[in-house]
Amino acid sequence: MNYIIGAFKPACNISVTFSDGKSRKQVALKKENGQTVMVPLFQSQETISGKISVEPVSGKKVEHNGIKVELLGQIEMYFDRGNFYDFTSLVRELDVPGEIYERKTFPFEFSTVEMPYETYNGVNVRLRYVLKVTISRGYAGSIVQYQDFVVRNYSPPPSINNSIKMEVGIEDCLHIEFEYNKSKYHLKDVIIGKIYFLLVRIKIKNMDLEIRRRESTGSGSNTHVETETLAKFELMDGAPVRGESIPIRLFLSPYELTPTYRNINNKFSVKYYLNLVLVDEEDRRYFKQQEITMYRLGETSEATL
Amino acid sequence: MMISNGIEDEEKWLAEGIAGIQHNAFYLHRAVDSNNLREALKYSAQLLSELRTSKLSPHKYYELYMRAFDELRRLEMFFKDEDRHGCSIVDLYELVQHAGNVLPRLYLLCTVGSVYIKSKEAPAKDVLKDLVEMCRAVQNPIRGLFLRSYLAQVSRDKLPDIGSEYEGEGDTVMDAVEFVLQNFTEMNKLWVRMQHQGPVREKEKLEKERSELRDLVGKNLHVLSQIEGVDLEIYRDAVLPRVLEQVFPDEYHLQTLETLLGACPQLQPTVDLKTVLSQLMERLSNYAASSPELLPEFLQVEAFSKLSNAIGKVIEAQVDMPIVGAITLYVSLLSFTLRVHPDRLDYVDQVLGACVKILSGKAKLEDSKATKQVVALLSAPLDKYDDIVTALTLSNYPRVMDHLDAGTNKIMAMVIIRSIMKNKTFVSTSDKVEVLFELIKGLIKDLEGISTDDLDEEDFNEEQNSVACLMHILYNDDPEEMLKIICTVWKHIMAGGPKRLPFTVPPLVFSALKLVRRLQGQDGDVAGEEVPATPRKIFQLLNQIIESLSVVPAPELALRLYLQCAEGANDCDLEPVAYDFFTQAFVLYEEEIADSKAQVTAIHLIIGTLQRMNVFGVENRDTLTHKATGYSAKLLKKPDQCRAVYACSHLFWVDDQDGIKDGERVLLCLKRSLRIANAAQQMANVTRGSSGPVTLFVEILNKYLYYFEKGNPQITASVIQGLIDLIKTEMQSDSATGGPASDAFFTSTLRYIQFQKQKGGAMGEKYEPIKL
Repeated sequence: MNYIIGAFKPACNISVTFSDGKSRKQVALKKENGQTVMVPLFQSQETISGKISVEPVSGKKVEHNGIKVELLGQIEMYFDRGNFYDFTSLVRELDVPGEIYERKTFPFEFSTVEMPYETYNGVNVRLRYVLKVTISRGYAGSIVQYQDFVVRNYSPPPSINNSIKMEVGIEDCLHIEFEYNKSKYHLKDVIIGKIYFLLVRIKIKNMDLEIRRRESTGSGSNTHVETETLAKFELMDGAPVRGESIPIRLFLSPYELTPTYRNINNKFSVKYYLNLVLVDEEDRRYFKQQEITMYRLGETSEATL
Repeated sequence: MMISNGIEDEEKWLAEGIAGIQHNAFYLHRAVDSNNLREALKYSAQLLSELRTSKLSPHKYYELYMRAFDELRRLEMFFKDEDRHGCSIVDLYELVQHAGNVLPRLYLLCTVGSVYIKSKEAPAKDVLKDLVEMCRAVQNPIRGLFLRSYLAQVSRDKLPDIGSEYEGEGDTVMDAVEFVLQNFTEMNKLWVRMQHQGPVREKEKLEKERSELRDLVGKNLHVLSQIEGVDLEIYRDAVLPRVLEQVFPDEYHLQTLETLLGACPQLQPTVDLKTVLSQLMERLSNYAASSPELLPEFLQVEAFSKLSNAIGKVIEAQVDMPIVGAITLYVSLLSFTLRVHPDRLDYVDQVLGACVKILSGKAKLEDSKATKQVVALLSAPLDKYDDIVTALTLSNYPRVMDHLDAGTNKIMAMVIIRSIMKNKTFVSTSDKVEVLFELIKGLIKDLEGISTDDLDEEDFNEEQNSVACLMHILYNDDPEEMLKIICTVWKHIMAGGPKRLPFTVPPLVFSALKLVRRLQGQDGDVAGEEVPATPRKIFQLLNQIIESLSVVPAPELALRLYLQCAEGANDCDLEPVAYDFFTQAFVLYEEEIADSKAQVTAIHLIIGTLQRMNVFGVENRDTLTHKATGYSAKLLKKPDQCRAVYACSHLFWVDDQDGIKDGERVLLCLKRSLRIANAAQQMANVTRGSSGPVTLFVEILNKYLYYFEKGNPQITASVIQGLIDLIKTEMQSDSATGGPASDAFFTSTLRYIQFQKQKGGAMGEKYEPIKL
């Protein structure tokens, strides 16, 4: 009996600890099984180092053909499930073939790792970084342990950031002019703007500002596009008359946004749009969509709005 | 049924709303008690979402609002206590703005904003400005009004007024005023907008609801008036212009009238006070009209005299103001007066008097704009009062009119007449008529400086027709007064000159004849001898009136009128009078009517009238019929002669019970007309080579048939037979010229005879001998 159970139990426990694990910022990461775990946060060019300890289950020995740790950057397309594409792959050999009888700790270090892409969990695509520890064993099968971590990269404020200003309308029916103060927003930014009603001949019920995320994956005929509405923010209640101007102030911090990703490794893109929607009393929708660029501002400068 | 359902539904919706609030309030309290900010925000937003309903009337919505309001007070206490929720007020101010729905978001923002100001971490004016701006997002009138009234409520003790703990840098009072005014302006806009919403059939209901909401708007004013730092200077330079350009609630204006008006004369001449004051008065009068209960308020504040004084002062102060401006102001004041104090004629007179003052010392108005305004001024009372002449008795009215040039004067007179006609109120005393005609004298007679020659004829005709119409409106049931009215009118129109008399005399004559007919009906009732209004007297007057036409001259018209009078006299049994009128008519015929066509018409009129006369004795009648027959035979054209003569036959045969029936003379007439017809036929033969149509003969045949049927013994079947044969021969001898009209006429006459024969009975037998 014991033998059988023992056969399905992992022969050893593998744990990964980061050298600055205590002080490093942890962020939530949603795993495939839906659970959220806290994982350390890195950015590109950082050194990822730590210790990996292998501890055989009491009284057993682990025979192996070598132990290695890999740092992998993977893109996974859901419609092409199981097919990972590694855009980054670094390996460190930890141990030569041999046997482990008791807990053994191996230090590792990946210095100034190039991690150009951010961790991303989308509808059809996932980009993840993982440390993969492999204890190779011949016929018994390898023992593998994964440790996820998150990568986020920060950009400086853009040097050119024009406002979005536009006059749109339906002839003799509705003419509005709207303005968003910028075309590029950081994730904790505030969208300030206004809508000016030049002509109103329809009975408007309300007006919303939506933030939409458009994720496109694949390429050519194999492109999948998924659009999600991440925010629906009511801007106006009731029917305005000509000459009214309605303020916009939308704080972006409550929403789970990412920076805009353009053509990540030729695999996918994520773009953001502001969609201004007017609804009339017969529930007809009139809308105008505008792309905005999202970027991640360094933590320190984020505080200043 | 629909309505009761509506009310029930509303109750239901209100109940649902309250239940929603209570439900969320429960969780809100729990969250607050456990210092859980996130939950508190979540449930307060849900709670406030109940206020997003569109289903409630303002009244019911208010109930709902009050419930939410109570909860917000509790929430505000929680927000104040940073220790409990651990969030700085600045962060909180952002946090509440994350709410997705605009209405809950703004209620929360106002609530936090109030705490924010209290914390003094930011200048009150900045927070207030932000709040009042953000509230623009609610454009629905009811929801917007309540939201802004909430804002007014929570901010009222936090204005950066002078002396307040929130007093800020710089022009802090202005900031406070600016905030209140802005909120107020927006509320007014929303309130006004309610007026234009909803289906028409619910207008009344909506108006009621609107007036309920008025108090909400008004709250701001109390706040404004309580701002300590508002002195006259600020009021004058900042508040007043805003007030005046804005639609301000009326009750406020009313109560602060004095201050407001006091400020007016001090304003720069460049300020368009005219418009400002006009609008103010317009609004006040609308306000007064909205509900009769408001009138005491107006009396209490002596609105009229204040306005009147103010205008006087403004005009005095602004010497350069063109006269049109001053008049415009008075027009506004006048319409205000008319709407608010319609019963106060003295006010109206006062306004007009003030205008006279302005106008006096100036020559007649040249400025066309000013003239227009004066016309407006004068028209205003006319539109208002049913009893126009009462309004016209205002002593200053004609004095204002005197300042108009002749042309405008006429236009004004037309306006007066038109409004009288429109109201269809009778002008019932001679005094009033006197006043009225004095006012419209521009139409009645030539005024100095204007020659009648260069007038547009059409315009002139229209004016005179209006005057003619007007005369029928002058009426009193009392014959004596009526006679006076007629005399008064006569006195005025006499001066009208030859161009006007043909228009004005006929209606007057008919009006007088109408009176005669009324008297004649009352004959039995009138006892005593001292009756001033007798038919005889009136006929004397009529004689004069018609005689006046001789200066025109208009003999044809006069002849017709004489004949009308003769008929009137006939009905009154006044033989000499009737005879006299006939004489006049004949004299006119002889002396004045030369045109042959006019003669034909006239003679037929005379014959027609004479035929109906029954008042004459044999001798008089003989004289007149003789004359008439004589004239008939002397007409120029043979066919005319012929027709007039056979028409004369009726003078000897009146188909009444005791009418004259002189068969022999009838036959004489007919024979004579036959002879003339014959002669006409021969003349035609000679001059044109064809005898022409037989129409005249057929016409005479018809006369024969008429008398034949009426039983004139002289007209026998054989005579008729002879005539028919004659016509047939004539037609055969010259068939080419028999026009289709006379053919058809003859054929249908024969068909008639045939018909009578076949009908049988006495008439059939009578026709029997006639062979066709």
